[in-house]
Amino acid sequence: MTVHSADTVDSWVDAMIDPLDKLLQLAPDAGLIGIRKGGVSIAKRLHERLQPSSPLGELDIAFYRDDFAQIGLHPVVGPSLVPFSVDNKTIILIDDVLASGRTVRAAMNEIFDYGRPARIVLAVLVQRAGHELPIRADIIGTQLDVPPDSYIDFDPATGAVIVGTR
Amino acid sequence: MALAHPQLDSDGQLRHFLDLDGLSREMLTTILDTAEGFAPLGARKVQTVPLLRGRTVANLFFENSTRTRTAFELAAKRLSADVLNIDLVSSSTAKGESLLDTLRVLESLQCDMFIVRHAQSGAARFIARHVAPDITVVNGGDGQHAHPTQGMLDMFTIRRHKGNFESLVVVLIGDIRHSRVARSDLAALRTLGAGEVRVVGPRTLVPAEVESLGARLVPRLDDALVGADVIMGLRLQRERMQGAKVPSSGEFFRHYGLSAERLSLAKPDAIVMHPGPTNRGVEIAADVADSPQSVILEQVTAGLAVRMAVMSMVLGARSGAPL
Repeated sequence: MTVHSADTVDSWVDAMIDPLDKLLQLAPDAGLIGIRKGGVSIAKRLHERLQPSSPLGELDIAFYRDDFAQIGLHPVVGPSLVPFSVDNKTIILIDDVLASGRTVRAAMNEIFDYGRPARIVLAVLVQRAGHELPIRADIIGTQLDVPPDSYIDFDPATGAVIVGTR
Repeated sequence: MALAHPQLDSDGQLRHFLDLDGLSREMLTTILDTAEGFAPLGARKVQTVPLLRGRTVANLFFENSTRTRTAFELAAKRLSADVLNIDLVSSSTAKGESLLDTLRVLESLQCDMFIVRHAQSGAARFIARHVAPDITVVNGGDGQHAHPTQGMLDMFTIRRHKGNFESLVVVLIGDIRHSRVARSDLAALRTLGAGEVRVVGPRTLVPAEVESLGARLVPRLDDALVGADVIMGLRLQRERMQGAKVPSSGEFFRHYGLSAERLSLAKPDAIVMHPGPTNRGVEIAADVADSPQSVILEQVTAGLAVRMAVMSMVLGARSGAPL
């Protein structure tokens, strides 16, 4: 098991600030939306640092997951909150770890049920191998190359990232 | 081997939804929490979610009920399920062998869920026992036994307004005897730990067994209302009364009708509930039904979120071994 300390993770968040700042200069009304739970924690930190005009949105994708038939309804952490109109807007979708891409697909499906955004940009703290869909992040904090059977967990409580084997 | 739980699978997940009696406080709370997740969908541009896409829900109504059928139908559609409405009221031999034959036919149509409404107590459980293992049954009201989704939407409405159950004084008024809603409410209030539950109504319409359901029988409505947080009216179910001694509508209202004057005996922030359809001037005065304290229409909206929660939970519980 490898632990990436909160300081290391902070530097990954730092790496996301510059490209996001450039994006917000081009699209000042862009809306940040974090995916529960880990993505919301990252999105909150980015939102505080960037101070965009739109309030922060949060998505709970429990109703959009593609594994309902296999494992049933995931616990619902809370209702999704999108406190702005997504129509014709740049949406910056934020998650902690991008692996298979299934979570992002579910999140995009949900966003389109709120309206028709101008475009969606994907920003993740960690991108890893293991894509199962043609989905890649536009902005990443870091790329971690880990074996296929390992997991990467971001712990919002400590701010650290843990890499281990199941 | 222990007898299989009628509603839960071997993992303790909701398999059928037949009765609130027998479900834990944790399970009821999970249903309420899940419903909170569905509730905000009504404010969105697209109100449906794709959770039950490709699944088929059959409304099996052996008893007429446009409101409940519509509520289940809309909840299923909001979950992207396909819905079949099967009117079985006109079928005169809807029991025994022919009921089982009806079930076999519906199973052959590859339905995933039966919503059952039946005039006979225990009908939903009977059907749950006899359906194919891949079909889940939700009780939409059976005889005088239970109406669990109504019970849960009542709890959802109470929790939204009052936050918790422990400190609440809840009053149920009227025709308890014929009311499956009252039975489900009483079961849920007891499980969720309501502070005090009072029941008031004509002697002929209040069975003595309410005391064993955790409620206190109070003879006079005025006494029952003092300090109440939640007041639940019940419909006078004349169609279920066979020879029972029922006071006239006017007499009923004089003794048990909720008027504005009587409402003032309750706490100032007390909420007024009714499962509908309301008989204005019988169980409840028109001005009370329309007052700011009335949450009767909120109950209808809550029913959508609660039914979506129950349907997605029972259809999702497929990890365990079949019963």
